[in-house]
Amino acid sequence: MAQVSVTVNGKTHTANVEPRLLLVHFLREQLNLTGTHIGCDTSQCGACTVLVDGRSAKSCTIFAVQADGSEITTIEGLARDGRLHPLQEGFWEEHGLQCGYCTPGMIMSAVDLLNEHPSPTEREIRDGIDGNFCRCTGYEHIVNAIQYAANKR
Amino acid sequence: MAASLVLPKLVGQRIKRREDPRLIQGRATYVDDIKVVGMQHLAFVRSDIAHGRILSIDTSAADAMDGVEAVFTGAQIAELLAPMPILTPFPSPDHRAVAVDIVRYVGEPVAVVVTADRYVARDAADAIVVDYEQLPAVVDPEQAMTGTPVVIHADFADNLALPFLPGGTGVAADFTVDDTVVDQAFADAEVVVSQRMVNQRLAPTPIETRGVLAHFEPGKGTMTIWSSTQNPHTLRTFIATMTGLGQDQVRAIAPEVGGAFGAKINIYPEEYVAAALSKRLGLPIKWIEDRSEAFVATTHGRDIIGYVDIAARRDGTVVGLKLRLIADIGAYNMLLTAAIPTLTMQMASATYDIPAIRATLTEVFTNKTPTAAYRGAGRPEATYFVERAMDMLARELEMDPADLRRKNFITPDQFPYTTQMGAVYDSGDYGKALDLALQNAGWADLKKQRDAARAKGRLVGLGLSMYVEVCGVGPSSSFPSGGWEYAQVTIERDGRISATTGASPHGQGNETTFAQMLADQFGVPLEHITIHHGDTGVVKQGIGTFGSRSQAVGGTALHLAGGKVKVKMAKFAAALIEAHEDDLVFEDGMISVKGSPESGKSFADVAKYAYVPVPLPKGLDPGLSEEAFFEPANNTYPFGCHISMLEIDRETGEPTLLRLVAVDDAGHLINPLIVDGQIHGGLAQGIGQAMIEEFRYSEDGQPVTGSFMDYAIPRAADFPRFELDNTVTPTPVNPLGAKGVGEAGTLGSTPCVVAAAVDALSEFGVKHIDMMLRPEKLWRIIHGGQP
Repeated sequence: MAQVSVTVNGKTHTANVEPRLLLVHFLREQLNLTGTHIGCDTSQCGACTVLVDGRSAKSCTIFAVQADGSEITTIEGLARDGRLHPLQEGFWEEHGLQCGYCTPGMIMSAVDLLNEHPSPTEREIRDGIDGNFCRCTGYEHIVNAIQYAANKR
Repeated sequence: MAASLVLPKLVGQRIKRREDPRLIQGRATYVDDIKVVGMQHLAFVRSDIAHGRILSIDTSAADAMDGVEAVFTGAQIAELLAPMPILTPFPSPDHRAVAVDIVRYVGEPVAVVVTADRYVARDAADAIVVDYEQLPAVVDPEQAMTGTPVVIHADFADNLALPFLPGGTGVAADFTVDDTVVDQAFADAEVVVSQRMVNQRLAPTPIETRGVLAHFEPGKGTMTIWSSTQNPHTLRTFIATMTGLGQDQVRAIAPEVGGAFGAKINIYPEEYVAAALSKRLGLPIKWIEDRSEAFVATTHGRDIIGYVDIAARRDGTVVGLKLRLIADIGAYNMLLTAAIPTLTMQMASATYDIPAIRATLTEVFTNKTPTAAYRGAGRPEATYFVERAMDMLARELEMDPADLRRKNFITPDQFPYTTQMGAVYDSGDYGKALDLALQNAGWADLKKQRDAARAKGRLVGLGLSMYVEVCGVGPSSSFPSGGWEYAQVTIERDGRISATTGASPHGQGNETTFAQMLADQFGVPLEHITIHHGDTGVVKQGIGTFGSRSQAVGGTALHLAGGKVKVKMAKFAAALIEAHEDDLVFEDGMISVKGSPESGKSFADVAKYAYVPVPLPKGLDPGLSEEAFFEPANNTYPFGCHISMLEIDRETGEPTLLRLVAVDDAGHLINPLIVDGQIHGGLAQGIGQAMIEEFRYSEDGQPVTGSFMDYAIPRAADFPRFELDNTVTPTPVNPLGAKGVGEAGTLGSTPCVVAAAVDALSEFGVKHIDMMLRPEKLWRIIHGGQP
C-alpha cells in the first residue's frame, strides 16, 4: 500500500491505496465521486477526463499514486456556489448531450480547450475534443455548446 | 382568483431537456455508481479461441486466492440455469450462459469468479487455466453454408440457422413459392442490374458498456436487479423465469443508461449469471463489462450479404426486384437475433411501387459474436441494398438519380399501401421530401460544382438516397413480447402530476417530451410534472424503448391515460363549480367554464377536492389516477431523403464528407430540438458505417478490431455540419400523428455516402464499392485496381 494525498474539488484527501489503483477508481470507489465515468480500457474514449493541476487528463491512465500532491477537479466541482459553469450551461442550452455518459469527460476536456483557445474556431473545437467519444449526438450540438460557453466568457 | 398565468403550448417547441441538470453535473446514477452493502464483484473467464472443446478447467489457483468468494465453471452454472431463452419461433441450438463442453466464439464465457474486490476479480479470472482442443473455425458465412471446414452445431447441417425463408410476390401463407410473376417481370425487362453487396458487421458501442447488479434478499425471497437495459420489464420476465421466481418477486431497474442503440434489448448471459449467483450465494453481485469485453460479449449488428437484381424498362420504370439475403448471425441465437434480418425482407419495396418482388433469407452460424439489433435493425440493410441498386440503375440508364426515384415512388394517393412484402405503409409523401432535399442541397448547382471540381482534377461525388423505415413497433402480432405500451397518470393531492411510462429512455429525452404533452393536456406548468420510468417496482407494466417506438406507442399510451384522468377530474371540477363537465376547459393552471375564466377553480383545488371529496359527487370514486395500455393497429413508416457530397484525395484515397443534407418526415414532432439530436446521432452512425466502421475477424476467428485502437467510431472532426429539414406527414395509426425518429439517420445516410464515393470515382469505371470506404480500397480503385 502507498499513501496518496490529493486535493479534489478543493478538499484534501489522504488515503492508503494499492499502487496499481487507477485514479478513476480512486475517485469513483473511494471518494464516491461517480460523475467521472469509464468508457474504455485503452485511453481512447475520454469519459474519465478530469483536470489534474488545471490540465485535462484521462484518469483511467493515471495511477492514484501518480496524482499524489496534485489538485484535481472533477465534474462535481465545476459548478460554483450553485451556479453552473458556462460549459455546463452551454451543454444544457444547446442539447449537447443525450445519454449523458460521455458528458462529464467531454465538459472537462472542453474546459481545458477553452483555457487554451478562449475563442476557438469550429475546427479547433472539433480537433480539440478528438480524445472524447460521443456515440449519441453526432457532435454538432456539442460543438454548439462549446461555442456557447466561449461566447459567454 | 390567483393572478392569471398564461402558459404557452409546449408540444412542438424546442424545449431544453429536464434530464440535463443531473447529467451535466455528474449527479446521475448509472449502474456502476450503485453500491449495496456486502456487494461482490463478478468476472468472467472468456474463450480466447473461436472454436474448441474444453478439455479441462483448473480453478485451483483462483480458489486459493485471498478474497475469492466462489468460482463456478460452465458445468456448475448449468446446474443453476436452464439454456438461454429466445423469443423467435425458429429452431435454435442449445445455448448455455456459460459454455459447458464447446466454445464457439472468442468471448464466450467459460467460467466465473465472485470476489469482494473488483481488482481481485480480474486477478482470479486470470488465474484460471482452461485447456482446449482447438477445432476448425469458420467466419465467412458463404463458406459456412458449405458445411466446411466445420459444422458448428451438430443438428444444424451446413451451419444453416434458418435455411430458407421466402417472401414477396407469389409466396403463400404456408411459404410455398410461385415464381411466375417475378420471372415474367425479369423476362420482360429491358435492363437488369445485379450486384452482390456486403452490409458489414458493426459493434454498437454505447459509451457506457453493459453492467448489472443483482440483489437477492434471502429473507424476503425477492430479487432486485439493476441493469443497463432498454427494457426492464422484459428483463424482469426472463430473470424471474430463469431463477425460478415469480414476476411479482423480481424488481428490475434500468437506472441512468449510457446509450444502447439496440444492443441493450437482449437479455444476456451475464444478467442471468449475476441473478442466479446472487440467489445461490445470498449476496448482492455486480458485473461491469470492460470495453475489451464489450467488443466480443455484446451483440454485434448488421453483417448481411445481399444479392440484388433490379429489373426495369429503359424509361426507368422498375418492374421487378430480387433480393437474396445471407445473414451471418454469429455463433448463437440471442433473444431476437433471428428476427432482425426478417425486417430487411419486410422493407424490400423501399419507397417504390414495385409490382414483383422476390426476397429470400438464409441465416447462417459462424464462429463470431452473435448479432442482434443495432440502430435501424434490418431496415438500414434493406435501404442500403435497394438504394444502391437504384443508384446503379440510374447510372446504367444515365438518368438523374432523383428522377429515377421519383418515377417509381408510391404516390400519396396510394396510401395505405400494401407492398409485395406484405407491409402496409401508413402514410407518405415521398416526392415532397425529395423535392425539399433537392432544393436545400441546391441539386442542380451542386452538380455544376461537382463538375467544375472534376474539371480541375478533383474527385468529387454526389449521392442521394430515399428511405422508409418501419417504426412504432407493435402491434403485438409483430413483436413476441407484446407490441403495446403502458402508462399511468396520477394527479397528486397538491395538483402536481406524476406519470409512469413503460418506455425506458436512455438518451431520448422522454422525461421532457412526455412532460410537454401532459403540460398541454392539463394546462399546467411543465415544472409541475414528473415522468417516472425504468423501474418495474414503479411502472406496473411496459415493453421498453427500441424500434423508434417510445413516442408513437409510449407517448400515445400516456396521452390516453391522461385523457382518462382528465375526464374524471372534469367531473370533480364540474361538481365544485356547479357547471357541466363538457363546458370546462383546462388552461393556465385553472379549470373553468369556457369563455368565463373567473368561474374557475385552480387545478390544485380540484385535485385536493378529489382526494377529500366532501361531498362525494354521485357516481364518482375518490382519487385521480388512471392507466392505459395502447396497442397500435399498425407500425408507422417514417421516411426521408438524404443527399451527400464527398471528395476523395487522389493521392491518398482518403474520403472527406463535405455536405450532408437530410430531410426527414417523422410525422408530428413533440420537441424539434430533441428530434434534431436524434437525427444527428443516427447520421453519425450511418456515416460511420459507410466510412470508417467495420468489425473484422481473422480467418481463424480472432477479432482484429477488438478495441477502440482498432475499431473506429466517429469523432467530432469526421463530420461537416449537418443540414436538416423536415416535412410533416402525420400517421393515422395513433392520435398524436407521431411516427418515430430514433433510427432514421442511419437509413438514408449510409447508401447516399457510398453513392457519392462511387460517383467521385466514376471516371475509373467503378459501379459499386462495398463499405467501409477505407482509403486503401479507394486508392486501389484510383490506381487501376478493383475495390
